[in-house]
Amino acid sequence: MIQYEVTFIVDPVLSGDEIKQTAKTYEDLLKDSGCTIVNNDAQGLKQLAYPIKKRTSGIYYVIEYSTPNGVFLPKFELALKRDERILRFLTVRLDKYGVKFNADKRAGLIGKKREKAKEEVKEEVKKSNTYKAPAPTPKKETPAPAPAPVAAKSEEE
Amino acid sequence: MASRDDIKFLSNPNIGSQRKKYCRFKKYGIKHIDYRDPDFLLQFINEQGKILPRRITGTSLKYQKKIAVAVKRARHLAILPYVADLLK
Repeated sequence: MIQYEVTFIVDPVLSGDEIKQTAKTYEDLLKDSGCTIVNNDAQGLKQLAYPIKKRTSGIYYVIEYSTPNGVFLPKFELALKRDERILRFLTVRLDKYGVKFNADKRAGLIGKKREKAKEEVKEEVKKSNTYKAPAPTPKKETPAPAPAPVAAKSEEE
Repeated sequence: MASRDDIKFLSNPNIGSQRKKYCRFKKYGIKHIDYRDPDFLLQFINEQGKILPRRITGTSLKYQKKIAVAVKRARHLAILPYVADLLK
């Protein structure tokens, strides 16, 4: 199964319903072509880094899907291109690292992982700095057939 | 070599040594570069939005190519600008 990711920008001038409907039509188009949708991310309104078609902001949608083959892709992209409500789109084929990255990001591991790694490093540093000689077990000891060294120590003291 | 306090040099003798440059992707095992993350990609472009050369960032060739691809995708999607001024 090949995993793809399509990001498209919808015109913000449209009403909220029209925007959602636009996104939905493409989602349905994918489903009808026999794709299993892995993730559907509506990132919402964002400022564009430069004006596109005289608009300074756009609504970003990211759909991640997997298919057995990419036969439907030319038709899908043609539909995206022809649609006047969509400003830009980009289809990316994900390799195994990309798939793993997206899965981790959805699970929330990406940002936190770095903090965890930092903490682990700190703990290791602490451990190596504060190394103590294994102290003899202090607890209440009945006069067991005590090992000779202990007796010797007490005698010395 | 006498390292006495009264020996003064006109230029700092330690000036040649610099911090070791390394590829951060190899070191931390990062395999995938997300083109949708502008904050991460800002590290690899200058204030004008141009991609920094790898002798400045210390990245290995393999990952420099991936960075370039990611930045260009981000530019296409208007996440990063093509031309900018005082970006950082």
